[in-house]
Amino acid sequence: MQKITKETYLKWYEDMLFWRKFEDKLAAVYIQQKVRGFLHLYNGQEAVLAGALHAMDLSKDKMITAYRNHVQPIGMGVDPKRVMAELYGKGTGTSQGLGGSMHIFSKEKGFYGGHGIVGGQIPLGAGMAFGDKYHETGAVTLCYMGDGAVRQGSLHETFNMAMNWKLPVVFICENNGYAMGTSVERTANHTDIWKLGLGYEMPCGPVDGMNPVKVAEAMHEAMERARRGDGPTFLEMKTYRYRGHSMSDAQHYRTKEEVEEYKKIDPITQVKDVILEKKYATEDDLAVIDKRVKDMVKECEKFAEESPWPEKNVMYDAVYEQEDYPFLQHKL
Amino acid sequence: MKTIQFREAVCEAMSEEMRKDERIYLMGEEVAEYNGAYKASKGMLDEFGPKRVIDTPIAELGFAGIAVGSTMTGNRPIVEFMTFNFSLVGIDQIINNAAKIRQMSGGQFKCPIVFRGPTASAGQLAATHSQAFESWYANCPGLKVIVPSNPYDAKGLLKAAIRDDDPVIFMESEQMYGDKGEVPEGEYVLPIGVADIKREGTDVTIVSFGKIIKEAYKAADDLEKEGISCEIIDLRTVRPLDINAILESVKKTNRLVILEEAWPFGNVSTEITYQVQEKAFDYLDAPIQKINTADTPAPYSPVLLEEWLPNSNDVVKAVKKVLYQ
Ligand SMILES: Cc1ncc(C[n+]2csc(CCOP(=O)(O)OP(=O)(O)O)c2C)c(N)n1
Ligand SMILES: [Mg+2]
Repeated sequence: MQKITKETYLKWYEDMLFWRKFEDKLAAVYIQQKVRGFLHLYNGQEAVLAGALHAMDLSKDKMITAYRNHVQPIGMGVDPKRVMAELYGKGTGTSQGLGGSMHIFSKEKGFYGGHGIVGGQIPLGAGMAFGDKYHETGAVTLCYMGDGAVRQGSLHETFNMAMNWKLPVVFICENNGYAMGTSVERTANHTDIWKLGLGYEMPCGPVDGMNPVKVAEAMHEAMERARRGDGPTFLEMKTYRYRGHSMSDAQHYRTKEEVEEYKKIDPITQVKDVILEKKYATEDDLAVIDKRVKDMVKECEKFAEESPWPEKNVMYDAVYEQEDYPFLQHKL
Repeated sequence: MKTIQFREAVCEAMSEEMRKDERIYLMGEEVAEYNGAYKASKGMLDEFGPKRVIDTPIAELGFAGIAVGSTMTGNRPIVEFMTFNFSLVGIDQIINNAAKIRQMSGGQFKCPIVFRGPTASAGQLAATHSQAFESWYANCPGLKVIVPSNPYDAKGLLKAAIRDDDPVIFMESEQMYGDKGEVPEGEYVLPIGVADIKREGTDVTIVSFGKIIKEAYKAADDLEKEGISCEIIDLRTVRPLDINAILESVKKTNRLVILEEAWPFGNVSTEITYQVQEKAFDYLDAPIQKINTADTPAPYSPVLLEEWLPNSNDVVKAVKKVLYQ
């Protein structure tokens, strides 16, 4: 793994802050009804992404996740303006306005979505790894899922095959405590999600998902195992989401105090503390970054606002590879 | 009469039946402590306790199957899918087990179960969260499929579905849960398989069901101003299909328009079209028109979604077409 240096910390600070502010902006424009549908925000979970990106080989490794997926593609190099435009439903969006909040994709940058059916992406992640193993690309797939998703049969079927076939995939459960309003302890008679790997003799373990260093180290070890041909790993990232599940969540299932407790170990604050303590930068230096982040988010908003709507034919053209597919007519 | 929301109609139907029959339980994601993702089971955990109002993990295949299995030993479950899009994860248990247990066992087992939840689009939720599977379920022998469009029908038909000894698919809509309507103070049950004439008319018959029927009402209002009288039939039950109600109306109006929020290939409208041309060919003065969604997955963008969904304007156009106007 690349060493974790001053530059790493500064990058983490800027990236994570940008992701946080990007999501905050989406929440704001959602209230103005410029972005609609469901909106699932990543606030609080940023270290899981930051640490993973540090361990990845972005020239070939891939990532797939569920619907809480706006900032991962940005981390992998997708232009955030285009992600914002997708949420606005504009033609300049990453999926030309067809996918919206839950379905960000970038084949070019190795981000394979953006999936709305809970657990549906788990076999896909293993399948991507199957393809990479088949073609001997040396790439590893990071397959993310929530704590709710691990109860789907898709996980169990996939774990078995991925292990049996030694697929180069890392399964990562982002345990943010809740699946909508259901806490982890209400979904099973055990709460150590990582132990689900044991039944398949899959290397597995818990990770402090609020600390990007811990995440990077665990991810590196798992990715090396996959690259060596020794198959999958299952990591349970202990993390937390600050916002509601989606935008219409009254959050009666938890207390304000609980949220405040987690904010004390906020990943951005943790990284900032190290930066200041080790004198990697001064408060003034960080203020420059804060300003840059703010401007970038504004730019994204402006781009999305000013982008044109998609052309009507996009709705048809995107469905089949076949160019002259004979669709049934639905309007006179 | 009293005025209640659609979600309250659903809740009252389930609660009234559960008070009378100990064998009934409600199971699904967020149905208990959260009071339902769309609050359709509000207060039910408090009243019936965790033995009968049961939160499940996100495991549709498992809990659908567990519920079906429990019918074999005497339960009468109500299973809520957060939306019917997610029923696909559990559809094997519905099609291969619920719909077939009775037949495969030569009538030894019955399967009194209700699978309920919202269907079809609900705003900009994109491809996987905007699907209408009425015709998929209606295609399957062994199942009954009910799709109410207002609180009165929802309550009366859900009670009938719960009392029914066969598996019933009961489809609602996120966009209807807040709708208000009148229901009797006392108990009532509506028959499964009986359509309802929501509006009498003489010039053209419009058949629809579920939340999209509101577009037909709007169209009929507009057309009335132009002197065109529409008869609107709400199917309420898709399987079994009340074909006689449609035929009677068509024999009067001689023209038929079908409005259904579903992909156009092989849907409920196509079945109606087939049966009407077979049984009332000589009464038709124009080819039947059907209005559906576009033949594509639902797009997210508001401009595309508007194009994708059928609306009242489309109904007006179709009515004028069958009237050669
Ligand atoms: C198969 C399926 N069932 C139900 C849903 C509705 N749903 C969407 S997100 C969600 C909770 C998932 O929680 P978790 O896996 O912990 O992910 P998180 O939202 O915490 O990131 C549910 C029940 C769905 N999208 N797909
Ligand atoms: Mg979760």
